[in-house]
Amino acid sequence: MPVVDQPTPEPQPRRIGRGVFLATVVGGVSSLAWGKPVWSKVSSALGGAEGLVPLVPTSGWRIYTVADTMPTFDPKTWRLAIGGLVQQPMQLTYDELRSLPRADQVSTFHCVTGWTVTNVRWGGVRLHDVLAQAGPLPEAGGLEFVSAERPYVDSLSLEQSKLSDVMLAYEMDGKPLPREHGAPLRLIIPEMYGYKNVKWLAGIGLVPKPLPGYWEELGYDQDAWVGRSNGL
Amino acid sequence: MKPGYVKRFSRTERVLHWVNAAGFLILLASGLILYLPSLAADVGRRPEIKDIHFWGGIGWVCALVLVALLGDRRGLLRTARQMDGFDREDIYWLRRRRPAPQGRFNAGQKLNAALTAAFLVLFFVSGMLLWAGERDTRFRFASTVVLHDGLLYASLVLLVGHLYLAVLHPATRHSLRGMTLGTVREDWAEEHHPRWDT
Repeated sequence: MPVVDQPTPEPQPRRIGRGVFLATVVGGVSSLAWGKPVWSKVSSALGGAEGLVPLVPTSGWRIYTVADTMPTFDPKTWRLAIGGLVQQPMQLTYDELRSLPRADQVSTFHCVTGWTVTNVRWGGVRLHDVLAQAGPLPEAGGLEFVSAERPYVDSLSLEQSKLSDVMLAYEMDGKPLPREHGAPLRLIIPEMYGYKNVKWLAGIGLVPKPLPGYWEELGYDQDAWVGRSNGL
Repeated sequence: MKPGYVKRFSRTERVLHWVNAAGFLILLASGLILYLPSLAADVGRRPEIKDIHFWGGIGWVCALVLVALLGDRRGLLRTARQMDGFDREDIYWLRRRRPAPQGRFNAGQKLNAALTAAFLVLFFVSGMLLWAGERDTRFRFASTVVLHDGLLYASLVLLVGHLYLAVLHPATRHSLRGMTLGTVREDWAEEHHPRWDT
């Protein structure tokens, strides 16, 4: 009787496990060089102008805060203080702010940590319409934006603040600015990274020259031009 | 050991698994609070949550290294070799062309282990870069956050599949016993892992 149970010699198992592990690690680390451009391409190719962003639960936004709780907005007590080097220091109520000429724009928001939200619809007022109420003095060379989220603050030079798409936004994508985006008012300067776009804006101070803000004190660039600052 | 049962995972392997699972869940929970705008508003305390996420990540990796060093290292290496090697039957199993009797780990479990380990390394590297990049622009890359987020989605897919097979799927859920009590039924092992040399 022939031996039927003769086992065929097994070839050595191939070391595929470590191959998968190494390929994944190398691919992932290399994505530091190509991840963002590829993701934007894939996203816009699959989803048209809005891309895949609406499919992600965050809509592309990340909420960064420095204090334990976000400021709350009460339209009755809220004021925007304008002071410093001005003819007439003043406090605007929410209704007074809303009665100023309305400005609308669609712009892209870039965060210094790498994420970008395209085509955000902002509604609000132009900065110069607000400042005109108080009358900046000739010696003012910078603006300090103070957040109700202490101790957050940041500043722009007077020149930077005059860029045509700088605004104070009280609406985002057709709705009142949500709490986590800085309700009721935030600064928008699309040419600069998000940390310049102060949320929960409570006061604007006219100063001789721009002072380092919260993140600048921790080493970020004073002039936060998108793509031309902060090592990016 | 109870009669009719065979040893599936050593104590070191089980501790390693559950330390890994606990670490992942702590990082997932704190990470989601940092990541999802609705949670960010409701929970707040971002500076503290950031600390939990950062130190949780360091603690996670240190705990895994400690368990591996203090536990049954030889056993872990043997298991790692078993997971590393793919033989002909494993390839057939992946292609699903015909029944392919599996050893102690089937090819899917081997792939899951390799990917889980790679994701852990990548989570750690990209997380450290996010932390360092906030402090020094030399470590700042526009794609770090894309990698860290991508890993979240990829590992959630793995986790959902893993939980389904370990907890819900009737044919495979007995395997959970191997990772909790350490043993599985002999007949189950014979059916699912016939070439496992118990």
